Amino acid sequence: MTTAAQTAELARRSVVRTLRQPANVVAPLLFPMMLLAVNAGGLNSAEQLPGFPADSFFAFALAVPFIQGALFATMNAGTDLARDIQTGFLNRLSLSPMRSVALLAGQLGGVVTIGLVQAVFYLGVGLAAGVRLESGVTGAVVLLLLATLIALAFGSLGAFAALRTGSGEAVQGLFPALFVFLFISSMNLPRNLIEIDWFRTAATLNPVSYLIEGVRSLIIVGWDTQALALAFGFAFSIGVVGLTAASWALRVRLTRT
Amino acid sequence: MRGIVAVALAVAWRAIHNVFTNPALLIPSIVFPLFFFTAFAGGLSRVSDVPGFDYGPGYTGFQFVFVLLQSAAFGGVFTGFGIARDFESGFARRLLLAAPRRSGIVLGYSLAALVRWLTTASVLTVVAVVAGMNIGGGPVDLFGLYGLALIVNAAATLWAAGVAMRLRTMQAGPVMQMPVFLILFFAPVYVPIDLLQGWIEAIASINPVTALLEAGRSLLAGEPEHVALAFGVAVALAAAFALWAVRGLRRAEAAGA
Repeated sequence: MTTAAQTAELARRSVVRTLRQPANVVAPLLFPMMLLAVNAGGLNSAEQLPGFPADSFFAFALAVPFIQGALFATMNAGTDLARDIQTGFLNRLSLSPMRSVALLAGQLGGVVTIGLVQAVFYLGVGLAAGVRLESGVTGAVVLLLLATLIALAFGSLGAFAALRTGSGEAVQGLFPALFVFLFISSMNLPRNLIEIDWFRTAATLNPVSYLIEGVRSLIIVGWDTQALALAFGFAFSIGVVGLTAASWALRVRLTRT
Repeated sequence: MRGIVAVALAVAWRAIHNVFTNPALLIPSIVFPLFFFTAFAGGLSRVSDVPGFDYGPGYTGFQFVFVLLQSAAFGGVFTGFGIARDFESGFARRLLLAAPRRSGIVLGYSLAALVRWLTTASVLTVVAVVAGMNIGGGPVDLFGLYGLALIVNAAATLWAAGVAMRLRTMQAGPVMQMPVFLILFFAPVYVPIDLLQGWIEAIASINPVTALLEAGRSLLAGEPEHVALAFGVAVALAAAFALWAVRGLRRAEAAGA
């Protein structure tokens, strides 16, 4: 079996096991939509703030589910990988001719697939709610590409946590920390409208702000080269760091095995 | 009566001991409200510039009341998780066998939830004051505000206890948590109800939590409004959920836990 075939098989397994757990499918689809509805409803009047960059708060906030969904996918994928370790599946797999790169790529292939499905769902809900992408159809394609890259980047962090700790609970423990990154960002207001200095500084230092702003630019601005370059740059960087760390953790774990 | 008190104190002591000796249980219940307070009061303070927003103590105080009530409600829900865990582990079965007056079990868990929330509320209040929250109300107003939150805590605990005793599994967590989350966020969280529009305004206007929030905010500002209504709503919720919890206890007894 070639490495590509091994990767495809493990990716298929990753997707199928996610689909077999309805809670893992429904929660990442519905929870971000619920938070979007609540925030967009409650903060609708923020549109009246001088300098607010969109006519509709819903369109402004639509970027957030793409990042939140990636966090969910990461947790699910990391937890599944940790379960493989806890149940001994990884040990049995290591006795087969499977290449370690195929394990990582297969696992992340599953994350990317789920992430893409989620992104299509969020985009569909946004369009159905009357949001029109300023960047047009090409922008929608770029948005899905960016959302997929973000899912891959966060997925690699989840894989690292799973391989390093071998514990599903430890991976779940990452979720609040990632949620902090989401909330201490420009998710609810543009950075220039955040009044409290330390919060604005924290949001500026927080890479998640740039991921959100990249997605948001495609929805409410059009083609903002700087926002897109930062978003793709940060997603790519997080992905490289995560993949490097996960590869190292896998090597260490297989050596132990 | 003495039997109920003895059972309640024993159950409360055990639940409190469990929480305060286990950082994994204690820290989230303290950190999450602080985190929400930071994210909302820090990140959204500019919302107070929206035309029509007129709240004396400022946006920090506006959000403090929401987070105080939210911490009270979630303190109760977290206690419900503990009850479900006790049923899953088999401890509750032994408790039901040993307790001479079983309604003391519900009372005991409620006492434990109260102690747990008082800890969270103390930390939250100190942080809010240090962050520069303005307080317009006098001691009587503040007593009313914390009294209101205390009844909310009792109501949420009784709700979660009723669910936990019916389903008797940790998987019931979302059933306890999600309705509380929704009812809290479908209230005027970010702006006063007058500034809400559309569907969220329609829901918030019939949501009982709106009365609690508005009265709580008026007490913090020192301009009490609709306080009797809010206490009436809170007491009615607590009474209804007390019945729900006791009937849940009877179900658990009938099922042999």
